[in-house]
Parts: sequence; structure tokens; C-alpha cells
Amino acid sequence: MKYILLINVPNDAVAEPDMTERHMKFAEAAAGRGKLVGGDQLSDVATATTLRRRASETIVTDGPHAETKEFLGGYYIIDCADLDEAIEIARGVPLNDGGSVEIRPIVER
Amino acid sequence: MSSADPPPGAALDPTAETALTGVFRNEAGRIVATLTRLLGDIDLAEDAVQEALATALERWPRDGVPDRPGAWLMTTARNKALDHLRRERTRATAREAALRLHIDDESDPVSPLDSTAIGDDRLALLFTCCHPALAPEARIALTLRLIGGLTTPEIARAFLVQESTMAQRLVRAKHKIRAARIPIRVPPQPLLAERLPAVLSVIYLIFNEGYLATAGADVVRDSLCDEAIRLARLVTRLMPDEPEAGGLLALMLLTHSRRDERQSGDGRLRTLRDQDRSRWDQAAITEGRQLLEAALLHHQPGRYQVEAAIAAVHSEASAADLTDWAQIAALYATLRELAPSPIAALNHAVAISEAGSPEAALILADQLSESLDEYHLLHTARAEFLTRLGRDDDAIAAYDRALELVRNDAERAHLQRRRAAVHRPA
Repeated sequence: MKYILLINVPNDAVAEPDMTERHMKFAEAAAGRGKLVGGDQLSDVATATTLRRRASETIVTDGPHAETKEFLGGYYIIDCADLDEAIEIARGVPLNDGGSVEIRPIVER
Repeated sequence: MSSADPPPGAALDPTAETALTGVFRNEAGRIVATLTRLLGDIDLAEDAVQEALATALERWPRDGVPDRPGAWLMTTARNKALDHLRRERTRATAREAALRLHIDDESDPVSPLDSTAIGDDRLALLFTCCHPALAPEARIALTLRLIGGLTTPEIARAFLVQESTMAQRLVRAKHKIRAARIPIRVPPQPLLAERLPAVLSVIYLIFNEGYLATAGADVVRDSLCDEAIRLARLVTRLMPDEPEAGGLLALMLLTHSRRDERQSGDGRLRTLRDQDRSRWDQAAITEGRQLLEAALLHHQPGRYQVEAAIAAVHSEASAADLTDWAQIAALYATLRELAPSPIAALNHAVAISEAGSPEAALILADQLSESLDEYHLLHTARAEFLTRLGRDDDAIAAYDRALELVRNDAERAHLQRRRAAVHRPA
């Protein structure tokens, strides 16, 4: 079963210089266990553009879909037996202080 | 169980129905758990068990109760599940599940009921119900529904929420178990140590909801206490080397031993001090103490063992004045180290006061004024300490604050009597 790990970064997070290296280590370990499907870092939230549908019109605006205290900083997609395994892998995701990982199952068709 | 069986040929009357509900409640958890393992699907298992119950309600009063009602319900529920699977051919898992049911069918249709795996099935489902990925209130509801065999309206009544709210809570939780694939199993080590506390906590919350009855006019929810004790027995039997499980069962038995004395005939709440200790349930006390002693031999202290030890000290005193409050105060100090909480600190304060130091108790209670200001028992305790210190006006003010906050009618009446007993200086 596939799960997406949504990595949330607090808006006021302090940049941690070794973060990229830690992510590479995590991805390598998860891939080594055959659990990693994919993942990416997202560009900072200031680069976001949102399209919103209103009736038949689509409005394009600057910024994320909502002003929040955290922004989506990146994601991984993993393939696990069950939620317990997904939680165990998600524990290894490098996080900024105050950051979080949301685990969401991907619907299977 | 024969006393709960309706006589053969009896008409379908409310008594027969109640009797069957009793049988059903004893069997439902194990049947749902076993079918869930066989089918890999909680909803399907539950539906099948509900249909089996409906069939039993129709047939038992007419044809008589089968010799082994549990086995009958198991077989009937399994057949109902097979019917479902035949109707739902589109489901990818249906064939596989049907196959598993048939395999069991060929070996021995009732063997799952007799095998020791039954207990494991219920334990597995219990761990699933108490999974940390489920909301705490959903864990309690699911446990009572799936393991305890309580109906949704019964659970809704016990927790004073609308039936529709409770039904939705259960549907959501079951949807999450399925959609997020929460495993239905006893977690392997080392996860087990991390997950067991959540299971014990759900059991204790069920017990407390029954024992404390946080709102409403009566203390009718005794059945929740019995249910919690039954669940704890299951856990301790299946996990005999977990001292906290034994500690929790001991704690609940020792606490529940006082149930008949907790309230007087006219619904008044009696404090420990006012209870007739000769009417405490001695069998429950003896069993609780033995369980506690066995748990302590593991030398892995935990909050439930310490709380059980506190309850045991109370049970040892033949009269309230003979209570070893110094020992209780020491145990609360230990409890606060193991599981720090404002409530433990408040109880520590009460023990310190009872041990002869109301001044020290008041200092400790005043440190809790921020975290427990909305909790009536903080103000009740302060009122008691202030009374002992001769500060009657302050004591009355504290009782007034407690009366503003109290929700249970029996406790309110008790507080009013205590307040009236304060000697106000003329």
C-alpha cells in the first residue's frame, strides 16, 4: 500500500545547513529497504501560484491556497505493508524544529 | 450461562430478548474478532454478527436455545458472511476471504471458538481499536463496540452524546482502519511496549467513565466498570508478563470493591471516610491485592501498580481513622515521579493533609490553582484544608467555587452538606 508523507515546515523555521544531506541519507535508507517510491523537495512557498475555480471561471493568484503557520516543504511516497510500517519509516524523515509529517494513504484503484 | 438462556419454546418477550443480549455480549467480541481475522474486514464481520443475532432473536425463543450458544452464533455469523461475499462478487478480496472461511469450514466449523487463538483474536482487535492513529474518543467507542459487544445507542448513552454522533464516530474510525490500513494484530516487540499503555489507558477511561459518571443524576453506569474489568482480565490473561496490566486490573478491582458503599440508598455520595468498610467487596479486595503482589514481583513499577498500592492501603484500614496516610502520601510522591500530573499532585496534597500537615497540603494545592482552577475537586480539597486550619471564611469561599463547577448531582449535594458543616465564627 502506498502512502504519501507530506513534510510541513513552520514558516519561521531556521534554515538547517545539513538538511539536504539528512534527506539524502533518509531516502537512501528507505530505498535500500525497497520502500521508497519517490519524493521531492518543493521550492519555497513564495514561489507558489494558486488557481481557484469559481463557477465557470478560473482565477489565478499569487501565493499558497491558504495562509497557514506551516507550509508544505516536500513529500515522499513510500510503499508499505500497513500504517505501522509507514509510521516507522516516517519517524526517520528529517524535520525542522516544530515541523511535522502527515501520513496519507494513497487510494488504490 | 444457562441462567441467562430463555426457556425452550418461550415467546419472544422482552425478558428473552434481554437474556439473549446477555449471551450475545459475552460472545460478540470473540466472534467479531475471529471473523475480522478470517475476513480481514471489520464491517463485514460486524454485519454478519448483527445478522446472526437477529436470526437468534427469531429462532431461539421458538426452537429453544442451542447447547452452545456461542458456537451457534459463530457458525451462523460465518454463514451470513459467506452470503455477503457471494453477493459482492466485484470485490477483489471476496474470493480470497470466502476461501479462508471455507478452509475453516472443512476443518471444523466451531474450532475457532475452542482454540486459544480466540483470545489472541480479541487482543489483536483490541490493539487495533486503541491504535494511536485513532482519536482517543474513537478508541474508547470502538473498544466498547467491537470487543465489548455494546450497541451504538448504549455507548452513546454512556458517554452522553447523540446516537448519531456516536454512530458517525464509529463509522469514521472503521473507515480509517480500512483506508489507512491500520494492521489488526498484536504489535510485535518493540512496538508492543509503546502501544500497551494506550490499551490500558482506554480500559481505565472506560472504567472511570462508569465509576465517576461525570454528569447526570445517577451513577448507573456500573456496566462500564464491569466491562473495563472484563477487558483487563482478558489482557492480563493473554499478557501475564506485563505488570502494568495486572496493576490496572488490581486497581480497578480494589476501587470497584467499594461500589455498593459509594452512594447511599437515597443517591447521596459517600466519601471514603463515611463508608461502611464491612460492606466492601472482600473477594474483589483479596483478588486485587494478590494481583498487585504478583505484578510487583516483576520489579517494573508503573503508575497503575502504584495507584493499586494506594487503593490497597485504603482497603487494609478497617476504619477510616486507621488509614496509613503517611504511606499513601509516600506512594503519591512515587506516582508523581512516574506519571506527573496535576491530579496526582492534588491527591498527594489530600494525603499530606490527612497525614497531619494541612498547611503543607494547602501550599501544594495553591501551586495547582492555575492548571486545575476549573476542577471542582481542587476547590473541595482547598476547602477541607482551610477548614482544618480554622480559616472558615476562606473555606466557605472555596466550597462556593467548587459548587459552581460540580456537575454530578450526588457530588453537589455532598458539597452542600460539607459547606453547611463549617463552623462560621459568630
